[in-house]
Amino acid sequence: MTAATLSAWWQRVATTLGRPLRWWRRSVSLRVVATTMVFSVLVVGLIGVLLLQRINSGLLDAKTRSSIVEATAGVTEAQRLLDAADTGPNTPAVGTLVDSVIGVLAQRAGSPGLFDLVLLASPPKRGDTPERTTNASESSVPAELRAAVQKDQRQSWTYTEIRYADGTTAPGLAVGAPITVPGTGPYELYYLFPLTQEQATLDLVQRTVLFVGLLLVLMLAGIAYVVTRQVVSPVRLAARTAEKFSAGQLTERMRVRGEDDLAKLATSFNGMASNLQTQITRLEQLSRVQQRFVSDVSHELRTPLTTVRMAADLLYESREEFDPATARSAELLQNQLDRFESLLADLLEISRFDAGAAVLDADPVDLRVLVERAVEAAAPLAERKGTLVRVITPDTLCLVEADARRVDRVLRNLVVNAIEHGEGRPVDVTVAAAEGAVAVCVRDHGVGLKPGESSLVFNRFWRADPARARTTGGTGLGLSIALEDVRLHGGWLQAWGAPGDGANFRLTLPEKAYGPMTHSPLPLEPEDAGPRVQSTTTQPYRAPRRDGVSR
Amino acid sequence: MSDAKGRVLVVDDDLALAEMLGIVLRAEGFEPLFCSDGAKALTAFRESKPDLVLLDLMLPGRDGIDVCRSIRAESGVPIVMLTAKTDTVDIVLGLESGADDYVVKPFKPKELVARVRTRLRSTAPVGQENLTIGDLAIDVAGHSVKRDGVAISLTPLEFDLLAALARKPWQVFTREILLQEVWGYRHAADTRLVNVHVQRLRSKIEHDPELPQIVVTVRGVGYKAGPS
Repeated sequence: MTAATLSAWWQRVATTLGRPLRWWRRSVSLRVVATTMVFSVLVVGLIGVLLLQRINSGLLDAKTRSSIVEATAGVTEAQRLLDAADTGPNTPAVGTLVDSVIGVLAQRAGSPGLFDLVLLASPPKRGDTPERTTNASESSVPAELRAAVQKDQRQSWTYTEIRYADGTTAPGLAVGAPITVPGTGPYELYYLFPLTQEQATLDLVQRTVLFVGLLLVLMLAGIAYVVTRQVVSPVRLAARTAEKFSAGQLTERMRVRGEDDLAKLATSFNGMASNLQTQITRLEQLSRVQQRFVSDVSHELRTPLTTVRMAADLLYESREEFDPATARSAELLQNQLDRFESLLADLLEISRFDAGAAVLDADPVDLRVLVERAVEAAAPLAERKGTLVRVITPDTLCLVEADARRVDRVLRNLVVNAIEHGEGRPVDVTVAAAEGAVAVCVRDHGVGLKPGESSLVFNRFWRADPARARTTGGTGLGLSIALEDVRLHGGWLQAWGAPGDGANFRLTLPEKAYGPMTHSPLPLEPEDAGPRVQSTTTQPYRAPRRDGVSR
Repeated sequence: MSDAKGRVLVVDDDLALAEMLGIVLRAEGFEPLFCSDGAKALTAFRESKPDLVLLDLMLPGRDGIDVCRSIRAESGVPIVMLTAKTDTVDIVLGLESGADDYVVKPFKPKELVARVRTRLRSTAPVGQENLTIGDLAIDVAGHSVKRDGVAISLTPLEFDLLAALARKPWQVFTREILLQEVWGYRHAADTRLVNVHVQRLRSKIEHDPELPQIVVTVRGVGYKAGPS
């Protein structure tokens, strides 16, 4: 057998066995019933064997005893007859003598043939030694028995198979004893007692024991099944209830019946469910309160801010009419209000994520369009910094199911960051799609990131260089929000960077929100990265699925 | 700028903001009217008959959404809502209750004025123009839509939206283009505006809003006029 056919054969065996095996592993009642059957077969078998042995020996012992008594009596009678017939010269011919003895003994057997007789002459061979049998053939007497009788010269017995003249056979008992026939010498007289009756009784008993045993095993299996069902059904019910509960049906409970262990299980289960429900409800309540609070704070802060904003705008518009100090104040007020506003907006956005209140509003969008839009929006900044932004997109549609507002925000953030940290060197924005995922890489060639910094960039209020903090804009929350936005899609946002070799930020989104995604269509470490620079990358992160994803 | 550009009813409980809005609106040539209580907003609206309503969504007395609904029930006057909430549900709820557009606090005066202007501009007639879309006849100058001679009442915004689609029945309008043409946004804005108003429009003009025949969705792109 070649390896291939062997493995194919094993495959077939495995599939054939697979289903019952699985059933075996998964069903407690099957295992209990099977175990019960195995053990009850063993026990019933053992009992049956013992029982049969007892009955067998009992039956045979009785028969043997009565047979030996009969044979002894018969032999004594025969010897007596023979001795009486020994009248010297008037002794009848051996043949006649033997016939008469057999006849007398046979009469004792009665008509149904309680036994048969075999009269054999003992060796050595002599002249006139007539031998007689009644109905059985002389081959019914086993040679060992004859040897024993001849050797010991006393009564001996053994089991044998009686062969009748008509060719039938029957199990039987052979009892032999030496007798002396006057005029010729030693003979052996064998009694053959058929055991047909006993055999029939034994057969019946055997059949009965087998039948009863089988019945017993089946009934035990049935009982085991019923008993396990009593235990397993509530357990299965508990499993089903737990499944429903974990699927969100928090009001699901088990029915408590009686006061037994299973009722205790149901009671404990229900207690656990109630506790969980209370906890979950409390947490939900807490989350709602938090959301509510954020929403209220938002409103309460925004209304006065709007008034301030409008007033500041009005002052800013007419700053030329003011003296220089007041005019500059109006400018500062305006600028810092912008900063304050974006900070407030970012804080509210972050707290919305923290409260789990962020909802994905996903629609199919072409990522290329969003990239173009983000680059376009950053064009004034790029111009100011003298940065060339190169966009490399494929000709094919890069459709993803995404929340355009959020992805747009992420892309703008990445592009603006790249321009701000790119030190005037070109920024490359690459889009690619493959295998259920679409990726955008934003690569700058600025100062880059130090080892270990690529995971820090997503931290709230983290800045690469504290000294630069005040010169560059931004709230310090942009990348944190971007990461949360991407997580909400079930996507990845990763950073790569090397000192002096710039940084690369890669956004990977699954085609379908929360769709499977094994790897990104673009490498995180750019191909133009220096060969010996130490690079730092972050591990891909898959957010646990959140509820409340709306399509 | 010509004078008497329009009367704007400002419904806001925050007096400072209302006053500031008044200053800005007056500077732009509008005539501001004020109401600080949601419960009195409808009465104020009936008495003053403004050309546009600036409505704060969070009001004491009566919820802004509620006020919006009542005004919309009796008039097609443009409503621009002021909201501090940026959650989708809140904004969509506001739009569904009848607001034509919204401004999120904090906003810049220019932003607000631009929104107000666009909503007041749309009524300018451009001479006789008759369009058909589906089994509807549109008289642009007369600002009326009729099916088999029976007039269908649309708000000015819904009318503009329908007219925009009817003018170029061969073109598929992306939500961005509609935002530009109907709402006057020059930069990409919130496409939910389009979605909600298309729904509202459909509920008025379609035989079966579930299976629209007149304003047809082009999946992944936008909307277009259905075949006549």
